[in-house]
Amino acid sequence: MSTATYDGVSVEVNDEGFFERPAQWTEAMAIELARHEGIDPLTDQHWKVINFMRAEYFAKGTGPTVRALGKTSGVSVKELYQLFPKGPAKTAAKIAGIPKPRGCI
Amino acid sequence: MGDLIDKVSIIISKGSLEGVYPGLIMANGARAEGIEANLFFTFFGLDAIHAKRIEHIKVATVGNPGMHMATLVGALPGMSGIATHLMERKMSALDIPPVHEFIEMISDTGAGLYACKASVDMFGFTKDDFISQVQDIITVGEFYEKAAGGQIIFT
Repeated sequence: MSTATYDGVSVEVNDEGFFERPAQWTEAMAIELARHEGIDPLTDQHWKVINFMRAEYFAKGTGPTVRALGKTSGVSVKELYQLFPKGPAKTAAKIAGIPKPRGCI
Repeated sequence: MGDLIDKVSIIISKGSLEGVYPGLIMANGARAEGIEANLFFTFFGLDAIHAKRIEHIKVATVGNPGMHMATLVGALPGMSGIATHLMERKMSALDIPPVHEFIEMISDTGAGLYACKASVDMFGFTKDDFISQVQDIITVGEFYEKAAGGQIIFT
């Protein structure tokens, strides 16, 4: 485990840069995290996915897969990949400050 | 990117359920990781993109030691359908989509779907026989051009 600083605050992250403690995350950090992932600015659709990821994580203990996102977030799979070209579930989880989803689908 | 994989081309050559899924899961998983992916369907693998046959992809219950079933039992009428039904139920519980939905989703991820020209000609198919997500019917040479700079996986 290591630490990273976002929005002037030191947070715990794993080797891949995913938050160890999602409670440390703030919306201001998301903007900086997104920039690191090459996403700037964060649009309303990005936020819709990010907020959905966090809600799912806190409700179920794990972030949703891309398929689940496409079915339940209100953003289609096609658009998810346009919003997060390097992989929606993975990238959105990182920006949303939650652990990387481990599903195979 | 260093030693990370950034592009894969996956060939699906079999038309059974267990022959089709691994390639689909690997293609979808590649896109989920931000890896560029192409799917190339050849021989009986064409059934997975055939507009009518896609709904009838079945588990092989004969000549499949992994089924742990006597060959004669596996050959009984309807056995393949029963095994397929059971497996589909298990996969559904694990949130693995049916073949048709899975292929549509993979296409939505931006992966390329192609049919092998030699096999299409051999079976007497045309582009109209395939689901709309199939981008093109291509030759082996064209496949290698599309696969250039990435890894090739044969299933």
